[in-house]
Amino acid sequence: MAHFPKPAEGSWTEHFPQLGTAPVNYEDSISPEYYKLEKAAIFKQTWLNVGRVEQLPRVGSYFTRELDCVDTSIIVVRDRSAVRAFHNMCRHRGNKLVWQDYPNEEVKGTCRQFTCKYHGWRYGLDGELNFVQQESEFFDLDKADYPLVSVHCETWESFIFVNFATEPSETLLEFLGEVATGLSGYPFGEMTQTFGYRAVVGANWKLFNDAFSEFYHAPILHQNQAVASESAKLQQFGFEALHYDLFGDSGHGIVSTWGGMSPPKDLEMVKPIERILRSGLFGPWDQPPGIDLSELPPGLNPARHRAWGADTFQVFPNYVILVWERGWYLTYHYWPLAYDKHLFEGRLYFAPPRNATDRMRQELAAVTFKEYALQDGNTLEATQRSLKSRAATEFPLCDQEILPRNLHKTVADRVQAHRAATETAVVVAH
Amino acid sequence: MSQMLPDDFADLECFAARWSLATERERYTARLASSMPELQELYDAALPRMADALDYLDQFDLEDLPEDARNLMRLFFSVVNASFPVESWKQPRVPDSGAAYLDLVDEPVI
Ligand code: FES
Ligand SMILES: [Fe+2]
Repeated sequence: MAHFPKPAEGSWTEHFPQLGTAPVNYEDSISPEYYKLEKAAIFKQTWLNVGRVEQLPRVGSYFTRELDCVDTSIIVVRDRSAVRAFHNMCRHRGNKLVWQDYPNEEVKGTCRQFTCKYHGWRYGLDGELNFVQQESEFFDLDKADYPLVSVHCETWESFIFVNFATEPSETLLEFLGEVATGLSGYPFGEMTQTFGYRAVVGANWKLFNDAFSEFYHAPILHQNQAVASESAKLQQFGFEALHYDLFGDSGHGIVSTWGGMSPPKDLEMVKPIERILRSGLFGPWDQPPGIDLSELPPGLNPARHRAWGADTFQVFPNYVILVWERGWYLTYHYWPLAYDKHLFEGRLYFAPPRNATDRMRQELAAVTFKEYALQDGNTLEATQRSLKSRAATEFPLCDQEILPRNLHKTVADRVQAHRAATETAVVVAH
Repeated sequence: MSQMLPDDFADLECFAARWSLATERERYTARLASSMPELQELYDAALPRMADALDYLDQFDLEDLPEDARNLMRLFFSVVNASFPVESWKQPRVPDSGAAYLDLVDEPVI
């Protein structure tokens, strides 16, 4: 029996008829060939979040990203007027431009210009080639012809996105669509106290996405995280979201969930340290003073439910923004490294702490996040191995697993469309 | 050895050398290297003192904590970390977390 109302069709999934209700094939997660197609059809065509502007505090601040999913390394830098992105490659003879000690590791810092370690060519923050060592030795070299190769880079609400298409098919705002209209105006920029986690996980990138975009698993997998009496209740009740929405064929979607633990109705529902600190998985129980949360942007709490606690916005293909009613947020990235391996990044964003109490509450929220994520993450490598056996290939997903269903479907649609387009191109070329 | 914690917290001094650690990685590593009785001892002694510690620490500017106050803050970060084995897991490691890891690579260190 549903505790929260479902759409007239009887289920969330059937409310979006393009999804179907059939079992889902997971061949897309165990095939090296398929990963190659995903790179070409998705990662090299779409807007990808690479961080937030606060990570580039001043002019000259930069970071590099190693992106296997687009076969390149990039530099993201704050110039006087804009945030820019470039391929991390020197135009002289292709040396990697920005790196330290280990060429395959990401770095960050601040500089006035980028200097190649090899022969000393220098580039401005705008990517222009400004200096060539022994320039007169070259043949008709015009420095204006050799700027760093730029990558399309746009920001929305200080979220930095890049796009590797020659010409992106849509602007960042068009791409984000209802995610942008739903979240614009939220005080993301005031939540500057961050905790950043990272793990390399031996599983396809979509599997962690699946794990974090459904909460059907929560009462079971995470049962020991609650006090025993509460855990029994949660298991009996199971999980139901307040609301789901999918935004056209964008691949983006939202799951809206309750927030009963922050603060709990009854203090006996939570662990002693949570009682003492007034904080836990759902974050500090008290909204941060000094940040105005009285009027939320229209996309939050779409069901307008009084028990609302958090909204998970899935941004296709590999990014998540999770906003908590209590006034903080999380982001996740799932960066593919191979068909069966990815880099998970999770970041928590809080208001700056006013004092030790605020800071200790954040510590409990950040540590709790890790305890949960370790449980979520560890099942994935085993799942990957099971799936690889192909002992079974199709899996029934329930109505609370609509976001995983939508992700796999959108990936399949994009790959299919790309295949069709490239086959046509081949035919035309013949 | 010289005193690490403020006088008011002399009762916790015996835990400071081992648990006043700057980063989450060090605290988590210390937790995994401890037995349950050791974690329980820290928890039992320190948890009832959490409120006092925060009252004491709240009088300072967080950016500019005196050395002994910073040690106290870090000790209680460890208490937060140790609370999971004690309150939830009955073992130092997250159950079923196997070889999984999650590194806090970017944190506001006190
Ligand atoms: S490769 Fe960069 S200066 Fe030669
Ligand atoms: Fe989970």
